Amino acid sequence: MTAAPETPRLLANAPALSKLHQWVVTVDHKKLGLMYIMSGLVFFIIGGLEAVMMRWQLAWSDMGVLMPDEFNRLFTMHGTTMVFFVGMPILLGSANYLVPLMIGTRDMAFPRLNAFGFWLFLLGGLLLYFSYFGGQGLYGMGSAPDVGWFAYAPLTERTFSRGHSTDYWILGLLVSGFGSIATGINLVATTLCMRCKGMSLMKMPLFVWIMLIDAILIVIAMPPLAASQVMLLFDRSLGAHFFDVQGGGSAVLWQNLFWFFGHPEVYILILPAFAFVSEIIPVFCRKVIFGYPLMVAATVAIGFISMGVWVHHMFSVGLSPAVNTAFMASTMLIAVPTGIKMFNWVATMYGGRIRLHTPMLFSIGFLVQFLFGGLTGIMLAVVPFDWQVSDSYFVVGHFHYVLFGGLVFTIFAAIFYWFPKASGKMLSEKLGKWQFWLLLIGFNLTFGPMHVSGMLGMPRRIYTYHADRGWEFWNLLTSIGVIFQVLAVAFFAYNVIRSLRKGKPAGDDPWDAWTLEWSTTSPPPAWNYDVDPEVRSRRPLWDKKHPEDPDWKYE
Amino acid sequence: MTARVIAIAWALGLFVVHAAMAAPICAPGQPEMPSMFLPRSEPAEIILDITWLVTGICAVIFVIMEGLIIWAIIRYRQRRSEADGSEPPQVYGSNPIELAWTVIPLLIVFILFLVSARGIFEIDKQEPPPGSLEVTVVGHRWWWEFDYGELGFVTANELHVPLTKDGEAQSVFLTLESADVLHSFWVPQLAGKKDVVPGRVNHLWLKPRQMGTYVGQCAEYCGNQHANMLITVYVHSEEDFDKWVANQQRDAVEDAAVADGRDIFMRTACINCHTIRGTVADGTFAPDLTHLMSRNVLGAGAAANTPDRLREWVWDPQNIKPGCDMPSMKLSHDDTDRICAYLETLK
Repeated sequence: MTAAPETPRLLANAPALSKLHQWVVTVDHKKLGLMYIMSGLVFFIIGGLEAVMMRWQLAWSDMGVLMPDEFNRLFTMHGTTMVFFVGMPILLGSANYLVPLMIGTRDMAFPRLNAFGFWLFLLGGLLLYFSYFGGQGLYGMGSAPDVGWFAYAPLTERTFSRGHSTDYWILGLLVSGFGSIATGINLVATTLCMRCKGMSLMKMPLFVWIMLIDAILIVIAMPPLAASQVMLLFDRSLGAHFFDVQGGGSAVLWQNLFWFFGHPEVYILILPAFAFVSEIIPVFCRKVIFGYPLMVAATVAIGFISMGVWVHHMFSVGLSPAVNTAFMASTMLIAVPTGIKMFNWVATMYGGRIRLHTPMLFSIGFLVQFLFGGLTGIMLAVVPFDWQVSDSYFVVGHFHYVLFGGLVFTIFAAIFYWFPKASGKMLSEKLGKWQFWLLLIGFNLTFGPMHVSGMLGMPRRIYTYHADRGWEFWNLLTSIGVIFQVLAVAFFAYNVIRSLRKGKPAGDDPWDAWTLEWSTTSPPPAWNYDVDPEVRSRRPLWDKKHPEDPDWKYE
Repeated sequence: MTARVIAIAWALGLFVVHAAMAAPICAPGQPEMPSMFLPRSEPAEIILDITWLVTGICAVIFVIMEGLIIWAIIRYRQRRSEADGSEPPQVYGSNPIELAWTVIPLLIVFILFLVSARGIFEIDKQEPPPGSLEVTVVGHRWWWEFDYGELGFVTANELHVPLTKDGEAQSVFLTLESADVLHSFWVPQLAGKKDVVPGRVNHLWLKPRQMGTYVGQCAEYCGNQHANMLITVYVHSEEDFDKWVANQQRDAVEDAAVADGRDIFMRTACINCHTIRGTVADGTFAPDLTHLMSRNVLGAGAAANTPDRLREWVWDPQNIKPGCDMPSMKLSHDDTDRICAYLETLK
């Protein structure tokens, strides 16, 4: 990896160029995985800066930092970026990197499809951001899209969204969506067909199980999104009237189509968080995961039920009480398998020997905050309560507790856990702990008060509010929290750069872990394993380290 | 040691979160704050009752689970004596325990479901209750039109409703329609929100119990000025309401002193969008101005309706509500003054 110091000057650039070339043409699942994650992190910074500007504008009543249209573009881009260009690539990237390693194979089932999926995703992201420059269209209307990340019709029709900005939004999501479908299919095929000798379905690590369900959800949920995007393109460019109310279309049809994708999507995003902590918590508690079969069953149940809850985004649309009641039931039901997971993680900690390294700290942060977000989710399932707080800051607080307090915290946990495997270097524990505590304080300071301002009547997506509403205090707290979060992310960025250059060497198995990826070198060779591994239990490395008391005796 | 620090930090964090949630409930409420914890109408009260129940259940679960997590971290943190490479006993699962934490949540969820389902059917009325005041609400980008139907007048942004003669709660049945995109009608102290969907007719039931002024706003993103699409609801005694209605039913005042201002208004494009009953102005794209001065706000709450702000508004609304549909009419200063003088007579 390190360049020899006496490299002649003229040739110094050549290896870098050829290295870059290797990354561009690669079909290696590890390189593609890392590129997914790195581009996801870049988009995370961009989306985060957008949020910083919005919180500046909302820190007090009647602020004039941003014009209304600028603010509306920012929340549209923030939401779209975080869901489609941060959450999706990081989950696809980590599945890409880890699934083949964990099931003991050399690559994904379709390596070139894999590369195709990644480049489609990146093209989609660039298309979305190109709208800032190219979305003007006729008469200078446009710039970036300002329709919100779920782009409710008929606001997206040509009448209300002129210029090309909304078209870039559609194309960006359509293109990257096809990439996600491709990678989803790839993951399903890889998991079902390429497991190493001895690894039956019920001997797969939980990470692989959860990612399998996740990939199936992607394959089911993304095509309806693509279909509705095409319908919207037809409306905007070919004079169709799917969602154009004045032409006989239906505004509610878009909501049904979008959330039929959108609710499974929420689980697509949170399942990877479950996958990460299901690997990390056992290792740092030194105990096998509690109730593996039930964890698998709960994952499958979540996958099933998540296909039938989408109307809970639409409780205030005015659908019949019977419809609302039915979807309230399904939404509450999904709390049961999610609760099972929660209980099983805590039970795994019980009786263990907990080592509070950074990955474990972030996992505990996840447990605590996801619990909060999950419980406010149950509250939101209660239709009458939802009528008050839906589309208010309560909802914004709720889903940030799930996706930021849940998913992003586990992404950091996962990066601290697997960074040594991918780079061969350890991240600094000290900087990691700084980052954790700053992020913990900042996160709760930002998103906790949002629940309050929502219940005090503050709707989401407003660019300003008047002093007579009395929301200043809670909004100020929210905005102050952002400062801590920015600092935390700065610590993280510094930690990564510093550790890549002079981090402690990791060795093959720095955490004394049990799944297959820790049996190969760090970083793993392109072919992953010199000899095809063979497993007899869910924790092959445990069996190897404890031949007197192997897992396969109990499973 | 570190364990204790962490535990204390957690406890403090939890305390802050809980205090934050409780504070607005304990604080002596400003009555004007659009808080769902200050219900002044039957549907909002029903919702608050259900809210307490579900919040209570969730809070108990939260405290128990957090307690377990924190306790597990403190109790089972690796001791120095245990850092010898040995591993704790491996427990693979337990069927009875796992069955318990499948069934108990199911039961809790079932109870919540029953209570909430009853609430839904209680609140979500499809037909007006007998004796209701019926008003049609039309959402526009970015203002509200209130059509009092049989009472025979239309007004904007400020909804006036009565109590009964004895000061009892009186049902108000709103019919919600949209002229363009999605909106949502939300006045937290009176009821939960209901979306205003183009191509669809929705209904919302209010039953205010107490005289007062209640504020709310559009709660579904509807474009540029979504933030300035505010609602004020005035709940009057029956007597005051009747007086207000009688005034609204009259045609606009014709004051000879401001005849030139009226002429300019009628010659300008103002009349394409605005109605002033009793004159040639009969546009319907923008708020009815027949009794403009009976209202307290301009631009759906973007500014207070004072003479100064009115003049600023007529001069160039884009300064107050950038992006709104009303353009600057490029009037001279004199004409602006005259039009404002006329508008100020529209009591």
